[in-house]
Amino acid sequence: MNTSSAKKPSARFAPWDNPDEKPLVRFKNVTKRFGSFTAIDDISLDIYEREFFALLGPSGCGKTTMMRMLAGFETPSEGIISLGDDDIGAVPPYKRPVNMMFQSYALFPHMTVEANIAFGLKQDKWPKNLIAERVEEMLSLVQLRKFAKRKPHQLSGGQRQRVALARSLAKKPKLLLLDEPLGALDKKLREQTQFELMDIQEKLGMTFVIVTHDQEEAMTVASRIAVMDDGKIMQVATPEVIYEYPNSRYVADFIGDVNIIEGRLDHKTEEGIQLAWAEGEPEIKIANNASRSENENACFAIRPEKVHVTRDEPQGVDNKIKGQIDDIAYVGNLSTYHVRLSNGMIFKAQESNIRRLANREFTWEDHVWLSWRSTAGVLLD
Amino acid sequence: MSNRFTWFNTTSLTLGFVFLYLPILILVFFSFNESRLVTVWGGFSTKWYAELFKDEAFLDAALVTLRVALVSATMATILGTLAAVVMVRAGRFRGRTLFSGMIYAPLVMPEVITGLSLLLLFVSMGIDRGFWTITMAHITFSMCYAAVVVSSRMVTFDSSLEEAATDLGCTPFQSFIKVTLPIMAPAIISAWLLSFTLSLDDLVIASFTSGPGATTLPMKIYSQVRLGVTPKINALSTILILIVTMGVITASILTKRTEARRKEDERMAES
Repeated sequence: MNTSSAKKPSARFAPWDNPDEKPLVRFKNVTKRFGSFTAIDDISLDIYEREFFALLGPSGCGKTTMMRMLAGFETPSEGIISLGDDDIGAVPPYKRPVNMMFQSYALFPHMTVEANIAFGLKQDKWPKNLIAERVEEMLSLVQLRKFAKRKPHQLSGGQRQRVALARSLAKKPKLLLLDEPLGALDKKLREQTQFELMDIQEKLGMTFVIVTHDQEEAMTVASRIAVMDDGKIMQVATPEVIYEYPNSRYVADFIGDVNIIEGRLDHKTEEGIQLAWAEGEPEIKIANNASRSENENACFAIRPEKVHVTRDEPQGVDNKIKGQIDDIAYVGNLSTYHVRLSNGMIFKAQESNIRRLANREFTWEDHVWLSWRSTAGVLLD
Repeated sequence: MSNRFTWFNTTSLTLGFVFLYLPILILVFFSFNESRLVTVWGGFSTKWYAELFKDEAFLDAALVTLRVALVSATMATILGTLAAVVMVRAGRFRGRTLFSGMIYAPLVMPEVITGLSLLLLFVSMGIDRGFWTITMAHITFSMCYAAVVVSSRMVTFDSSLEEAATDLGCTPFQSFIKVTLPIMAPAIISAWLLSFTLSLDDLVIASFTSGPGATTLPMKIYSQVRLGVTPKINALSTILILIVTMGVITASILTKRTEARRKEDERMAES
């Protein structure tokens, strides 16, 4: 399959920034309780047409409940879920223009690939010739035409995944739900399939909602990500914003690797503000943050790849700290250095291994300098 | 590998099989006896088989047994399947353990007690005993076996299959009929076969719950034997053994074949 990496059309796709745009799906103050347990806690969320929306979070955060409410397998305890103009909160799953691709694929084992794909169409009483046409179309979309007559157990994992996708797409749902769709595939196949999913979504111009605990997957496929924790949405934004401007320690920590330094704000100027974090160490300069004031407690978060490691004291940099290498994690393309600071804190810095490591530049116990620009990190509460 | 058949292994194997099958072989052997006396060999003959098929009482009993077995196995399978679905699907509710225990209890209940209690029930309700009372009695006890067989398969049933069917437009009832039942079919069929066999076999409960005009084959055999064993019984038993053996062989061939097909399929999927 053509794995074009052009994720977005050339004109920026951002209906969420347009106040006139009507959302396709709207959660309004939705709460879901199971007995005394609150799975979803007063969530409001808009999802727009043609979005590839990801619900991301650890297990038990409520993302699956959100999806099951969209599919109709659960009804909200409070609040309204609407699709287009209709309140769908109490509509049973078989009356919703929403289809779901299950984590286990849930292919009917007693039916052929063809019959699996045709199942929903037959249920909707499509005419026979149209069903045949549509099944053919779906089979070529997922490149399984040769396998039409096979039963699910005669297929490999990747092929089953595609049958499940074809089956859920066949009825042309207004909204397609994907529950950990790639969880059962190995890493290589998963990455390839992510691109295929994006291609298909773009080709069909449909709205996809994906549930995943895999942050890389969410970052790759999604137009926007909702990071969830404990029944609440922590942040909804594009992958870039989630990564570069997390709004909380939780989001910063959940997505990717991060160094977090606690301290007290100080020396506010036009350019930015400074964070005092340890006795005898230079304050950390952070650009912007006009809304912050001095003497507040705050955390500074910076991603390891934005920190440079050098043997000699760097000149003309915004921030630099001295430390000693405690550990090196070499993963081939990257090396992550765990550097111990004067206050005992371990600070992670990542360098890509541009040269082959015939003779390592640094080794354990080396004294090094860490440096980064004032715009490289963010302040969090 | 060459040591597998030591004299010790061979002897124990032979002894075991002799212990199991010698009585049956003797029974079959004497069914072809010319003599009236069961234990004295008087030459080869198939006349007892001919006699058997002339004996209306035996044929009637066979017919009753068959009808009881067919009706009770079907009813027991339906009820047992429903019970299994509820027990597996309902999740936790008050008294769940009690209810599931109560389904399993008749499996270990002495047959005499089951039979007696049913007899007392039919008498106190003033129901005439006959074909239907035997059938009802058989439904009651074989339903438990059916429930156990079906629920053991039901536990491993992926309920997201039903959800997928509802998601694709089936009402819950339609998804049960179109997806759950076909997938559960093997378990349901074996539940039916088990109920059928149990009903064919049963002597104790049938004796308690039968009335005039409704005698099952085991009852007939038992009463005949008390009057003296004739080679006719041997002939009848031989036929029963033949039927059961054929059933078992067919079933195992079917399983083997599906197994082989599955292996083949898996090979295909890998390539």
